[in-house]
Amino acid sequence: MPLDDRYQLAFRLYPYARSADQDAGHPVHHPVIVVGGGPIGLAMALDLGRQGIPVLLLDDHEGVGQGSRAICFAKRCLEIADRYGAAGPMLDKGVVWKIGKVFHDDRQVFEFNLLPEAGHKFPAFINLQQPYFERFLFEQIERERAKGAPIEIRGRNRVEGVTPEAEGVTLDILTPDGPYRLHADWLIACDGAGSPTRKRLGLDFEGRVFEDSFLIADIRMTGEDFPTERWFWFEPHFKSGASALLHRQPDGIWRVDFQIGWDVDRAEELKEENVRRRLDAMLPGVDYEIVWTSIYTFQCRRMRQFRHGRVIFAGDSAHQVSPFGARGANSGMQDVDNLGWKLGLVVRGRAPERLLDSYHEERAFGADENILNSTRATDFITPKSTISHVFRNAVLDLAERHAFARPLVNSGRLSVPCTYDGLSLTGEDALPGAPDRSRPGSPCPDAPLGHGFLLERLGGDFVLLTIDADAPETLEADGLTIRRVALKTADDPTGALAARYLGTATGAVYLIRPDQHVVARWARFDDAATRAALRRACARD
Amino acid sequence: MTDLILTPNIADPDGFYAALIAAHDGLSDKESAAMNARLILILANQVGDREVLAQALEAAKKSD
Ligand SMILES: Cc1cc2nc3c(=O)[nH]c(=O)nc-3n(C[C@H](O)[C@H](O)[C@H](O)COP(=O)(O)OP(=O)(O)OC[C@H]3O[C@@H](n4cnc5c(N)ncnc54)[C@H](O)[C@@H]3O)c2cc1C
Repeated sequence: MPLDDRYQLAFRLYPYARSADQDAGHPVHHPVIVVGGGPIGLAMALDLGRQGIPVLLLDDHEGVGQGSRAICFAKRCLEIADRYGAAGPMLDKGVVWKIGKVFHDDRQVFEFNLLPEAGHKFPAFINLQQPYFERFLFEQIERERAKGAPIEIRGRNRVEGVTPEAEGVTLDILTPDGPYRLHADWLIACDGAGSPTRKRLGLDFEGRVFEDSFLIADIRMTGEDFPTERWFWFEPHFKSGASALLHRQPDGIWRVDFQIGWDVDRAEELKEENVRRRLDAMLPGVDYEIVWTSIYTFQCRRMRQFRHGRVIFAGDSAHQVSPFGARGANSGMQDVDNLGWKLGLVVRGRAPERLLDSYHEERAFGADENILNSTRATDFITPKSTISHVFRNAVLDLAERHAFARPLVNSGRLSVPCTYDGLSLTGEDALPGAPDRSRPGSPCPDAPLGHGFLLERLGGDFVLLTIDADAPETLEADGLTIRRVALKTADDPTGALAARYLGTATGAVYLIRPDQHVVARWARFDDAATRAALRRACARD
Repeated sequence: MTDLILTPNIADPDGFYAALIAAHDGLSDKESAAMNARLILILANQVGDREVLAQALEAAKKSD
């Protein structure tokens, strides 16, 4: 296959440049190679590079693809991006919304307000076109490189062959100057849902296909000012689809999404006059320009194993969900957050290789939860039998008049991170009276600390968080230095810190992982217990 | 007198809804209708109170 672009670029960020590796005459060695420069590959490179681990990213294009795809980026995803220093521009550019309206036919069923909890640095989520999200990650990579982070990106480098070995991987790469080979200790496959790496290794990717197509159009409203709300129609009276969604993005762009059935003639449906026919029925008298259109179908599936020796899969290559609930890119960012520190410790010889098996254990658990949630939303939006259609409409009917039926209406649930309850790295909960939401395995909930926020203080290393409790300032164990973050309940006059971490306890000691998930918690510092929990969190036991 | 509960009262609503739909998997429309009838009778017996049942019948009827 020639090296032609498979999609148009929104931003050309890393033009092809010949590398000395291509003239070496033998496969040059790299510790870590990432295949694929989508959001997940870029974040992976950023995470490793910031730790000082040399990382080479190969992408078969020269930048970010056109077409927005993902638009909803959730709080946890932004918190992760913030740890990498990339969230500021995302928040500045993104649209924050709170009000959602649900319609059935020609009636409004109900309206909701997300009423986000106070005391978090980031909103529940923002709407932002995926190309911006990727560009902001890339720009952070550039800033980190300027500070010396060992990250290299090679555009128009298509991986064409992957040969796994006991202690590494050899890659065959095609460039505009012809082929060359590279060798890596570790290969992270972030090459998307159609992952050529996965296919080349003959690995499974099983799950459920949903027999429906969705036509998406990003349009720029040129006339009246529309409110910043999410509108979702079940069986809309304007008949542009079996369901329809209207959602705001930055730059005055709106995402419209129509459910148009399974057997459709894609080329026909994508003709501008046909797209306009649907849009005009939905938005009579509104002036707009069409910015981007696409038809997608979807599947909910995952690989049985995310780690295959020295080849590790992350993002869409490992798992795919329906877009309802925005769990694609959001969960991929959590993969990176999870894998980054583990691979960092293993590459530096600070943890055994089997720590990486916990990446599969934890993120496959997360993928299953995401698949479950997005499958449920999809089943509600696109009922597949007469009886489920009857129940769906009964729920909508009742929801119009009775509050009890509203929680049953499912047009996509907010993407939230999972808690690694009972998994191998998760330690003990020895803090009586403490709240459930910060139990071992959970991602730390943020809390305000005067002029800043808790998560900023945690950073990206193992830390010992103490609240109204004593502990040594640092702890040396297994070649790691654990830093103490010493807080008092008085540091947060709003009381959120105490409510989220103490409950009825009078003091607490939390051991927290580099990805800001809780390992274990105690009422007071116990040296032996802390060391045991740390060993467990690094898979040393 | 107890009143019919019309505010949210089911923990894990998504899980409940999925189980409800799954209970109908593979049934014909007629079998589904019969399944629903049995389910209503079982739930009605659980409620017991005739006054509440009368209110439930009223609430279910009101559809335009
Ligand atoms: C309509 C739609 C709406 C969505 N909405 C949301 C949302 O609101 N929120 C959300 O979180 N997610 C959403 N998603 C999902 C989100 O877009 C994906 O989860 C996300 O793009 C996955 O990122 P990735 O980096 O894993 O893969 P990709 O973005 O697919 O990137 C893969 C990269 O690998 C490169 N590549 C492939 N093969 C090779 C090769 N052989 N050699 C070198 N490079 C290669 C590709 O060119 C590409 O750059 C949506 C998806 C769709 C389709």
